[in-house]
Amino acid sequence: MNFENFGIVSFTAETKASDFVSYLEKGKVMATRCRKCGTNYFPPRLDCSKCLGSDVEWFEIKGNGKLVTYTVVNYGPTGFESDAPYTLAIADFNGVRVFGRLNKSIKESDIKPGMSLRVLSVKLPGDRIGYEFQKV
Amino acid sequence: MQDVAIIGVGQSVFSRKCGVSIRELCFEAYAEAMEGLGITNKDIDASIVCSAPEYDKQRTPAGSISEYLGLTPKPSFYIETVCSSSSTGLRVGWSLIKAGLHKVVAVIGFQKMSDLTSRDAAERMSRGGDIIWESPFGVTMPSGYAMYARAHMAKYGTTEEQLAKVRVKNSHYGAANPKATYRKELSLDEILSSEIISSPLKKFDCCANADGASCIIIASGDVAKRVTDIPIWIIGLGAATDTMTMSGRQSLTGLRCAQEAAKEAYKMAGVGPKDIDVAEVHDCFTIAEIMAYEDLGFAKPGEAPRLVEDKATYVGGKIPVNVDGGLLSKGHPIGATGGSQIRTVVNQLRGKAGEIQVEGAEIGLVHNIGGVGQYGNVTILRR
Repeated sequence: MNFENFGIVSFTAETKASDFVSYLEKGKVMATRCRKCGTNYFPPRLDCSKCLGSDVEWFEIKGNGKLVTYTVVNYGPTGFESDAPYTLAIADFNGVRVFGRLNKSIKESDIKPGMSLRVLSVKLPGDRIGYEFQKV
Repeated sequence: MQDVAIIGVGQSVFSRKCGVSIRELCFEAYAEAMEGLGITNKDIDASIVCSAPEYDKQRTPAGSISEYLGLTPKPSFYIETVCSSSSTGLRVGWSLIKAGLHKVVAVIGFQKMSDLTSRDAAERMSRGGDIIWESPFGVTMPSGYAMYARAHMAKYGTTEEQLAKVRVKNSHYGAANPKATYRKELSLDEILSSEIISSPLKKFDCCANADGASCIIIASGDVAKRVTDIPIWIIGLGAATDTMTMSGRQSLTGLRCAQEAAKEAYKMAGVGPKDIDVAEVHDCFTIAEIMAYEDLGFAKPGEAPRLVEDKATYVGGKIPVNVDGGLLSKGHPIGATGGSQIRTVVNQLRGKAGEIQVEGAEIGLVHNIGGVGQYGNVTILRR
């Protein structure tokens, strides 16, 4: 799969970080780390804004994270009309913050900031791929 | 170096569907800004046109607008920071005058959003976020601010009712603003029972897309004193940014771009939050006004809801905020909004605000935010 297969609707075909999608296909959600200065990046990037180097390594976001904040979106933009309601969220995995969606089976009344989550790659309709947060 | 003053302010009526072209909308704002000034089109040395792109077919709109307003052959160019475009235009205009390049500059903001469907407008807004990593999840403007609201609630115990009370205030004042899109006073119940757009934000926690234009004329001190009785001086300018990605934000209970911009503007003006007599803040959503109180230092972090409960931001309160109805009532024609906020504060400082006049107002503040806190401009004005 190419990077333009990432997410429900993609707006970008090309990025140096397109390996992200290959890792998703292998079931892994990855971030990058600068080999020179050690800065972690999510979203992943292959250029370090701290030391201006471009030598990075990929690492997997594993284990449990914590929900920082969320919202249930009832009105989606063009391209997401039939997708709503869906829940956008930010979760913190040991200092690496990840933006994404909560699995649709989680009821809003069960969502609480601070709850434990894990992040997993998911196949999306139309031969697309992404990731989502699931309840631990 | 000469001081810089605002000598004229104007805005069109803001509405859901204006039924005229963009250049004609801008004419309405420009004509009001020039009213009563001892200058003509020939005295405008440059025009700065401000809006967010991809709402209209006309490419490079500065050209068509400067022709229609009779400003050719003077220079004209385009400035963009989405929803804060026109206060960024003011900052650029200020520096052109300060540098001695020009004496009089027109800052014209506009947006005609009614050419797009509501969903297509939401899609443009979505692409105002990070298109590689976050827009593919279906980001919207309400959802970005809703995540701030949820975090503010979780940390400070802020309630949906307190958010709704911001709209109660702004709808009260909006009802009296002849240039506002929504002129209906809303009850707490009506707001709380309106449909959920992006939880916890409901329909009436959100401002509406609108068509509109604004115009601010600024001039060097010598010209300002000659052509107007009450120049309003630009004494503080602050501008800052935050990450495009929501995941990159250090805090989700306040806007860092606003905090940084406020710090800079207060320092330049030599005043503090207690010195502000009247303020316009970027209430694109009710939570945005709550965070603005804290980011600007009107309240300590977590204590903004108290200001709402105490009605401290009504006329007659400690610090009247958005007493023209705010974006929540006026509507939010993206590129025009900052200019409209500036117009309201200038009219207050001139003592010409009519029934919403804050008695004796001498120092005013404008807080204008672009995107979900990507760009922040704070401007401090003095009579």
